[in-house]
Amino acid sequence: MGQILIKNGRVIDPANKLDRVTSILIADGKIKSIGTKIDKADEVIDAKGLIVTPGLIDMHVHLREPGKEDEETIASGSTAAVAGGFTSIACMPNTDPPIDDEASAEFVYLQAKRTAKANVFPIGAITKNRQGKELAEMGQLVRGGAVAFSDDGEPVSNAEVMRRALEYSKMFNRPIISHCENKDLVGAGVMNEGLVSLELGLAGMPAIAEEIMVHRDMMLARLTGGRLHLAHITTIGSIELIKWAKNQSSLGRINVTAEVTPHHFTLTDKCIKNINGGFDPVFKVNPPLRTQKDIEAIHQALKDGTIDVIASDHAPHAPEEKEVEFNLAPFGMIGMESMLPLVITELVDKKILTLSEAVAKMTVNPARILGISKGTLAVGADADITIIDLEKQWVIDPSKFKSKSRNCPFAGRKVKGKAVKIIVGGKVIAL
Amino acid sequence: MGNQKKIIMAKNNKFYPASGGVNLSRPPMSIGERGLSSPFSLKGRGWSRKHLLGLAELSAEEINTILDTAGSFKEVSTRNIKKVPALRGKVVVNMFVEPSTRTRTSFSLAAKRLSADVVDFSSSGSSLVKGESLKDTARNIEAMGVDIIVIRHSSPGAPHLLSKILKASVVNAGDGPHEHPTQGLLDIFTIREKKKKIKGLKIAVVGDILHSRVARSNIWGLTKLGAQVIAVGPATLVPDEFKQLGVTISYNIDEIIPEVDVINILRIQLERQNTNLFPSIREYARLFGINSERLKKAKPDVLIMHPGPINRGVEITPEVADGKHSVILEQVTNGLAVRMAVLYLVSEIK
Repeated sequence: MGQILIKNGRVIDPANKLDRVTSILIADGKIKSIGTKIDKADEVIDAKGLIVTPGLIDMHVHLREPGKEDEETIASGSTAAVAGGFTSIACMPNTDPPIDDEASAEFVYLQAKRTAKANVFPIGAITKNRQGKELAEMGQLVRGGAVAFSDDGEPVSNAEVMRRALEYSKMFNRPIISHCENKDLVGAGVMNEGLVSLELGLAGMPAIAEEIMVHRDMMLARLTGGRLHLAHITTIGSIELIKWAKNQSSLGRINVTAEVTPHHFTLTDKCIKNINGGFDPVFKVNPPLRTQKDIEAIHQALKDGTIDVIASDHAPHAPEEKEVEFNLAPFGMIGMESMLPLVITELVDKKILTLSEAVAKMTVNPARILGISKGTLAVGADADITIIDLEKQWVIDPSKFKSKSRNCPFAGRKVKGKAVKIIVGGKVIAL
Repeated sequence: MGNQKKIIMAKNNKFYPASGGVNLSRPPMSIGERGLSSPFSLKGRGWSRKHLLGLAELSAEEINTILDTAGSFKEVSTRNIKKVPALRGKVVVNMFVEPSTRTRTSFSLAAKRLSADVVDFSSSGSSLVKGESLKDTARNIEAMGVDIIVIRHSSPGAPHLLSKILKASVVNAGDGPHEHPTQGLLDIFTIREKKKKIKGLKIAVVGDILHSRVARSNIWGLTKLGAQVIAVGPATLVPDEFKQLGVTISYNIDEIIPEVDVINILRIQLERQNTNLFPSIREYARLFGINSERLKKAKPDVLIMHPGPINRGVEITPEVADGKHSVILEQVTNGLAVRMAVLYLVSEIK
């Protein structure tokens, strides 16, 4: 592998507090130097007018392999990741069979090695078969390559099990990623509980169902000292609680981080009433799309650091699964190929986040939470780099996506910003 | 009502339905033996919808158009030969994916009185129980040359799904707790017939508002026409958000009985009592059941309505259901006229 020089780009690397026009030299798949005087290499990329960042990380995706390869595979999902500007993704274990033992984690790791275009990090289940009853073999999962634990898609309803998970996982210094949902309160709910669900006669999923679990898990994290990461946070109440928890010190620091998704900071439950003649299951997602007030709270929480990470919760579903009655459709929407432009259009352009703050939430922050040596342009780091054209205007067209699935709620939306070139481990991929 | 003159005009023309907003100053081309066929387009004349999915999206004018058209069709049912050729040669499929007796019979009869060919389809014994999707089932039925699909389904939005994938007209005959537009219309029709107006009336809807498509369609229709709707029921079944739809909320039936012109009593689904929404049927009957004792405090001309089927002794006592204030069976009769009007109106729009 020869040398690659990226020059004239505005390099933004929050891990090293870098934001200036400079050059990056890559050799043997690693970052060799920043701000080099050399202007010759085997390959020279002129990034004039472009943004150069550490390879973006999407720490919350569903790749459906093994089990639902018609919807996504590790190959197709990682190709979609690269197309969306991500060099690393972490995939949830709700596959069939689930990733709940060493062999299944290792399958993801090996299959990624064989077929993936991006770095794929498996997340192992918290409990066996994701049933919320017995702890999975976390130590073995780590040996198989798991970087975190989650029963995502299902909450760990039993508080005692969650307590033990937070305690036990401390041995491996790996986070527990919590899908916060009180099943009793959600019941048969299919969308946010509020005026819109009332009008449409659809069963509601109340905000409190999320908030109760956010509170429970943070209290358990305080009790145990375990590492807690809260996936896809959506409500004002959750944000208030997280903010409170992050400011605690008297009874011991609560080790908590939190993420939001682009759909939760962009769309509201009104989409289910107003778009595509109403009742379009493309807007059915768990946690559900909330309200404008929640979006405003999320914006503020992104700004003040209450929310650490932006992740897509990319959840592919086959068309025939989504073209059914709203009640019967599965939850979930794809997101890897629309996330970066939404962050730029909805957060950076609207001055909610600076570009550097936004990049941090997709690079250094998720890397630290997952404990992976990514998300930085430090000398010696893996040469994972994303080059972004901030000004490129385009219209989201899911039919052009690399993902195998098309359940994208942003079809037809005008956005700004796109990854134009990506480097994974020193290998340049034009987009 | 602004549309009364059109009803009168229709009466002059025995064979022709007056569609509210349809200007009959231009005479129909051929009437007499051909009866109710429409020689001109309704578009731009008060009705332009190919589907009837709910009352939420209708304007007051559109609702009045349906009511006025129903007024004319009601007369047909009083004739010796209760049939007009308005939908001759058209096919109406009743796709009832959820059990129903009166609504299905009513739609069936309505279509037959309009001379349509009617096919009744129910989910039991259909391909739906074999796992075929609603989309595929509906497309297959449509491929046989169907003009109107009437659908009853437990999922809110199922009629909307069909309206997006089919070329046929879709009429919502009840989609889960969402809407039951023809029930709402026949309730409003009945109230208008009895009270000669809707605007300014105080109408109580009593019962499980949260899970009731009848309540929602009534609320949309009545508030659009200027009535004041009071939603009455246990706090668990009357969420506060209803206020945002322009509805008043009450947990006390005795407080509101003296002031209302109409009490529309919803069926309490017996299976709800195990879901902690209320402790028992017995307690519900005590707190909200309409009995003659309670009615003593009501206005002398109060109307008692119920969409059926009735749980006698639960939400309504037998003497009230069969008493002098009750218009429950007239609602059923009017339902036929309203459904004829709806089938006729949607069939005119391509």
